[in-house]
Amino acid sequence: MDVVGRKNPSRHGNRNDRLSAGTTRNMHHHRSQSIKPWYRSAIRNSKTAAAALSAMAIMATLSATTVSAAEISDGVVRIGIINDQSGTLSDLAGPGSVVAAKLAIEDFKKLKPDLKVELLTADHQNKADIGSQVVRRWIDVDGVDMIADVGNSAVALAIQSVARDKNKIVIYSAVGTTEISGKQCSPTGIAWLHDNYNLVAAPIRRLVSEGQDSWFFVAADYAFGRNMVSESQRILSEIGGKSAGAVFHPLGTVDYSSFILQASSSQAKVIAFANAGDQLVAAMKQWNEFGMDKGSQKVVAELMFLTDVHSMGPEIAKGLTTVTAWYWDLNDETRAFGRRFYQVRSRMPTAPQAAVYSAVLHYLKSVAAAGTDSTDAVMEKMRSMPVDDFFARGARLRADNKLVHDFYLVQVKEPAEVKGPWEYYKVVATIPASEAYLPLSQSDCPLVGTASSQK
Amino acid sequence: MTMQTQALPRTGMGTGSRKALLLGGGLLLALAAPFLLYPVFLMKVLCFALFACAFNLLIGFAGLLSFGHAAFFGSAAYIAAHTVKVWNWAPEFGLIAATAVAGLMGLVFGLIAIRRQGIYFAMITLALSQMVFFLALQLPFTHGEDGIQGVPHGTLFGLFDLNQPLTMYYAVLAIFVGGFALIWRTVHSPFGQVLKAIRENEPRAVSLGYRTDRYKLVAFVLSASLAGLAGGTKALVFQLASLTDVTWQMSGEVVLMTLLGGMGTLFGPVIGAALVVTLESYLASTSLPVPVVIGCIFVVCVLVFRRGIVGEIVARSGRGRKPS
Repeated sequence: MDVVGRKNPSRHGNRNDRLSAGTTRNMHHHRSQSIKPWYRSAIRNSKTAAAALSAMAIMATLSATTVSAAEISDGVVRIGIINDQSGTLSDLAGPGSVVAAKLAIEDFKKLKPDLKVELLTADHQNKADIGSQVVRRWIDVDGVDMIADVGNSAVALAIQSVARDKNKIVIYSAVGTTEISGKQCSPTGIAWLHDNYNLVAAPIRRLVSEGQDSWFFVAADYAFGRNMVSESQRILSEIGGKSAGAVFHPLGTVDYSSFILQASSSQAKVIAFANAGDQLVAAMKQWNEFGMDKGSQKVVAELMFLTDVHSMGPEIAKGLTTVTAWYWDLNDETRAFGRRFYQVRSRMPTAPQAAVYSAVLHYLKSVAAAGTDSTDAVMEKMRSMPVDDFFARGARLRADNKLVHDFYLVQVKEPAEVKGPWEYYKVVATIPASEAYLPLSQSDCPLVGTASSQK
Repeated sequence: MTMQTQALPRTGMGTGSRKALLLGGGLLLALAAPFLLYPVFLMKVLCFALFACAFNLLIGFAGLLSFGHAAFFGSAAYIAAHTVKVWNWAPEFGLIAATAVAGLMGLVFGLIAIRRQGIYFAMITLALSQMVFFLALQLPFTHGEDGIQGVPHGTLFGLFDLNQPLTMYYAVLAIFVGGFALIWRTVHSPFGQVLKAIRENEPRAVSLGYRTDRYKLVAFVLSASLAGLAGGTKALVFQLASLTDVTWQMSGEVVLMTLLGGMGTLFGPVIGAALVVTLESYLASTSLPVPVVIGCIFVVCVLVFRRGIVGEIVARSGRGRKPS
């Protein structure tokens, strides 16, 4: 199965097509892994590079005249879902993302029954080397055309550079790091769900405008927590709020009493937790034990997923405010998807899982519209067509490859208010995309500069 | 010949030639492997094999169970990635720097830890490696949980373009063979014999006039440097250094590889590393939970063949040699 250099004429034709049709940007990428012997020898044998290029141009025109089925490499569109299937992140994405992708393919089949789609899955075990190795093999050997989900910053950045080198589309769901569409952005790497900026900016802008203008932060003492806090403080100072201070707790600590007391004595109107998972659960438990839930301070989780609330239970999580890109109980369409998902998985979908559905469906629709699965043509369609499904209405990709959609400020209901299973959130406000995203003018992504200079 | 075999049962001609055959066969296999298997996967196997061999030098031949080898492996990965990516060093200098830093850390760790034995030694190394983990988490140059990404492959000695997977593979193979040869030489040298003596009975080695602490320290530094070489190589292969490599789980993983393959045998760690890496890579695309499967295999291994795979083969091959 693991044989390199599998000969396949249709894939060669496709690659050739991409090379000649592609921009100069693609030409200087390391094609080390994907350069096939025939191509190398073609270059070597030809007297000049111009001869090789013109030969390629001829082949490109030849392949352009063939029927559309031949434009799909191997005749199959292969989608790879890679994420944490067994570790700490498997609850919020994991096998549920695979279910979401299957549902998306099912729905696409109704639109285009004759296009073959295959789904591959892998568990990166939260290790960047496994992630990059699997993706390399997928692209080189298995002919995977698009990769989705990922959900771990280090793994995502590793996959980003592999996909950039090999010019393959990768769509991220729950990847927090702003590097993905910032400094390390790529023409083929798309952020579908959120990044840490969205998570921080959306609630701050909304709550400060409601008069909740002094904030205190309880954060995990590592890069994630520190970035969240510094970013929050920057946004606060921009919009006239003030930071009453921040306290950093050791990673994985179980005793939050002193931090909660500091938060309480800070007199800030909002206490924000910039930690996640178990630490958030432990902090919230102690928050309630200290009777803080009866005080006037509002508590915000800067990163929380529906599954976190489910594992905490509304008794602990009640009153906690957070921001989410999607919630299954927003409207009839989202509820319908929630129920479909529930039938397969016996739990409601999280925002990252819904994002995987939306990403896979939009990718497949773009393949159908482009009539090929060659990366550049599909990217073109993905940009020009708006995303229009229950996840995001009329959303578009912007220059730094972020999908721009609305966010929701939600609050966990009181236990008595929770009527059915998984009905944990009440939507406090819709945060329009204009408030939730880093303005493109402040983006570090090199693509943004080139896009505007082209225009 | 028979005389020799009786006098020195370990280096008898029979075993010797068989070992040479095995080595030659293994090397041929390694040279041909990239044409049969995926090179990136093979490079990962080699990196972890070298790491496990370095670890085995300590536990298998000096009897010191270090539970903090990820610190050397991971720090070296960061050093190699940083020097090559940010300072634009050539890959060979990046590797030298990585190995040197790991060796220095080994010296510091060793000076502190070798005064104790057994569980205390393991705990001290674990504590020190956790300190390194938290440093890696906090220091700005490591970029926290994002890690250092997109490290360029570069050209080795200005001659070999490492962007070619085959060139990269043979470079990694050369590094592995070099590291393995060094371990082989160490184990079969008088120094190695003293280490074994210390492992078997330290007070007796002391009574024979050996300064055991010095021997142990040298072994520790050597092991740490080689672990660092493995870590640096891995960073160059995968073009990244991340927190995974410094976590205590990585220290546990190398213990697992060594025990699975066979502690105290030269080839054991190689087999163990290949097995664990293969499972991690190939189970990744199945629906089986990887850690659970590896855990089960470990339990079975500990219960059924306690000497590890290679250790058990050696013990059952009729030589009656104790896995000493």
